[in-house]
Amino acid sequence: MAGESQTTTGYIQHHLTNLTYGKLPAGYERVDHHGHVEKLETATWTMAESGAEAKAMGFMAVHVDSMAWSIGLGLLFSLLFWSVARKMHSGVPRGLQNAVEMVVEFIDNTVNEGFHHKNPTIAPLAMTIFVWILLMNTMDLIPVDVLPRVAQLITGNPHQFFKVVPTTDPNITVGMSLAVFLLIIVFSIMKKGVIGFIKELTFHPFHPSFHGIGILFAPILIVINFALESIALISKPISLGLRLFGNLYAGEMIFILIATMFGAGLALGIFAGVLQWAWAVFHILVIVLQAFVFTVLTIVYMGMAHQVEDENQFDH
Amino acid sequence: MNINLTLFAQIITFMFFWWFCHAFVWKFIRNAMTVREKKIADGLEAADRASRDLELAQDKAAQQLRLAKEEAAGIIDGANKRANQIVEEAKERAREEAGRIKVAAEAEVALEANRAKEALRKQVGALVLAGATKVLEASIDESAHQALVEKLAAGL
Repeated sequence: MAGESQTTTGYIQHHLTNLTYGKLPAGYERVDHHGHVEKLETATWTMAESGAEAKAMGFMAVHVDSMAWSIGLGLLFSLLFWSVARKMHSGVPRGLQNAVEMVVEFIDNTVNEGFHHKNPTIAPLAMTIFVWILLMNTMDLIPVDVLPRVAQLITGNPHQFFKVVPTTDPNITVGMSLAVFLLIIVFSIMKKGVIGFIKELTFHPFHPSFHGIGILFAPILIVINFALESIALISKPISLGLRLFGNLYAGEMIFILIATMFGAGLALGIFAGVLQWAWAVFHILVIVLQAFVFTVLTIVYMGMAHQVEDENQFDH
Repeated sequence: MNINLTLFAQIITFMFFWWFCHAFVWKFIRNAMTVREKKIADGLEAADRASRDLELAQDKAAQQLRLAKEEAAGIIDGANKRANQIVEEAKERAREEAGRIKVAAEAEVALEANRAKEALRKQVGALVLAGATKVLEASIDESAHQALVEKLAAGL
């Protein structure tokens, strides 16, 4: 725990607060640890000293810890795979090359199963998502207090906020799913054209008729179709991002709750140790599964975006 | 739990890593793997072909061996036959030669016998003549009795 006098609620909240850098609005009253109040003259970019300050920053803030781990793990993935790609040869593979090839093979098979169009960027997209999310999720297996404590020792600030699992930050997961959403729209328009994309949104699932009396109902059907299809489209990134966030956040939460028991006596501490081990074992499954689910759904969405419908079905 | 600029930072980071993976990682690894897959497939095919070739070669060798054996047997057979034939011919020739020699010898024997007979006859004739001459004491005309003596000699 970060401090002896801390309450359990405080401990949990501390663990759930990101290290935030953002703009505090003008007129905000900062309260430091000694109770001094400082009124800000102008809007100021600064590190948030408390959860309340982070909240006050609103949208104009960056979670430094989430981004640092996200970029750091992304770099780890990129450089590791790049170092293999640079020395890649078609002879007998050794060591790291074997592992990397296994991942590439696995992703290639998954993409070939779910995506039947010609687009050489989809497989790298899937691999980036899978390995990156897997690495970010794996941070969950490091005992919850270790890295925050290290950060506190390095900065010398005993109240240092430091979240180490980027995928427990909805900004990260929804950011990725929004990127996938943008790609869905971009590839849809590239493959079907703007008209084709609009048709896809408005002529399904109820096909409007433009002959005879049916033309009277066509506008109503189009409105209903558009409502249904936009919900279906928008729910994709939301479910994608929130599924990953929810699973990892819940897992992290349970680790934190188990960790609160460590301070409550020897017997409970040992029990907590066993529980933490058991939950970690179970969580390995969640970590891999959620990375895989995100990857597969992305591949499927990309496949749907590339699927050009038969033009004639709108005309008969 | 606040939604903020981190969202966009993550989108940009994501796009960057995607691009990096596409430009510098994926195709190099995938291509090398494809090349290796082809190499392995070729290798396996070559091994297959080699074992097929080996089988064919063994078949061919066996066939040639069989042919060679047959041929050798044929040659030996022919040689035996020829040898027998030669022996037979030699025997035949020997027999013929022997026959001829026998005939020649017989003829010579006959000739010699005749010659001896002739000589004997002459000698006997002369002897008889001489004897008769002695007996008759030259009373007999030699020429007159010549025919008689010859007749006598021919009767021998």
